[in-house]
Amino acid sequence: MAEEDRWLDEEAGPVVRPYALTRGRTRPTGETLDLIALVTAVRGVEVDPVGLDPEHLALLAMCRLPASVADLASELDLPLGVVQILLADLRARSLIGVHHPIPPAQLPDPRILREVADGLRRL
Amino acid sequence: MAFGGSEPYGRDPGEAPVTIKILIAGGFGAGKTTLVGSVTEIRALRTEEPLSGPGAYVDNLDGVERKSTTTVAMDFGRITIRDNLVIYLFGTPGQERFWFMWDELTSGALGAVVLADTRRLADCFPSVDFFERRRLPFTVAVNCFDGARRYRAEDVRSALDLDPDVPVIMCDARQRSSARDVLIALIEHALRGLQRTRTNA
Repeated sequence: MAEEDRWLDEEAGPVVRPYALTRGRTRPTGETLDLIALVTAVRGVEVDPVGLDPEHLALLAMCRLPASVADLASELDLPLGVVQILLADLRARSLIGVHHPIPPAQLPDPRILREVADGLRRL
Repeated sequence: MAFGGSEPYGRDPGEAPVTIKILIAGGFGAGKTTLVGSVTEIRALRTEEPLSGPGAYVDNLDGVERKSTTTVAMDFGRITIRDNLVIYLFGTPGQERFWFMWDELTSGALGAVVLADTRRLADCFPSVDFFERRRLPFTVAVNCFDGARRYRAEDVRSALDLDPDVPVIMCDARQRSSARDVLIALIEHALRGLQRTRTNA
């Protein structure tokens, strides 16, 4: 209980159990989006808001420029699992494009990691 | 928004962005949050996960999914190397009861830093075990707390029974340069592993 009480204080406003936003779904449709997958709203499409919640629309607004799933979940302050489900809804409606991260073993040239190390040295 | 108007991934459509995931693991209080905060602007990621295993219950009522859930907060941070090249650090929840999240975290990760506190070295055994079993490259960073007895890297290596190629580094997670050196050591370790794999392939 203590965990919940911590963020459900009087300033929290109307309380909705997080998975109520997903209508009880605990798994996304299709493949789960990786934490560091990059999501971008598809430009120039008319968004039909019927069936979309304010959180869907907020996500669309937040990923006009590419944003990672982790950044979006943190920004929207919703649990990661919920955001993954909402993003999957948007993907199913072709409202977002997804760039999946490249697994390290499949990097076209692992030497890019050398560049990463050099970049860190300059920090 | 928190991106501060910057465009972390640039807008060059010709180049595929590369995002790199690094995990920061270790026992409770070993300095994971401190390390992430030293090199990035730290942010919180909330997860509300269905519980499984002992203590959890699953109710199947007319196809409605009802599960016991638990909220876990994770630290994360982002380092932009350049347009289209970004590192993400994720502090893994230390307690073993949150290990259900580690699968997702580990998937596609470049590697992990296991932070060790020599006063409670045993706390990092589970992380070391986990990454060894997953064959995920990792480095052990010994966080040198004030007042703790200093050990040599070799003592820590033998106490943890590490493979000879696993880097062990002394660090001060509060110092940006020290935290950065830990990440560099991990990246170079992972790079050596990838190059070895390709040579043998």
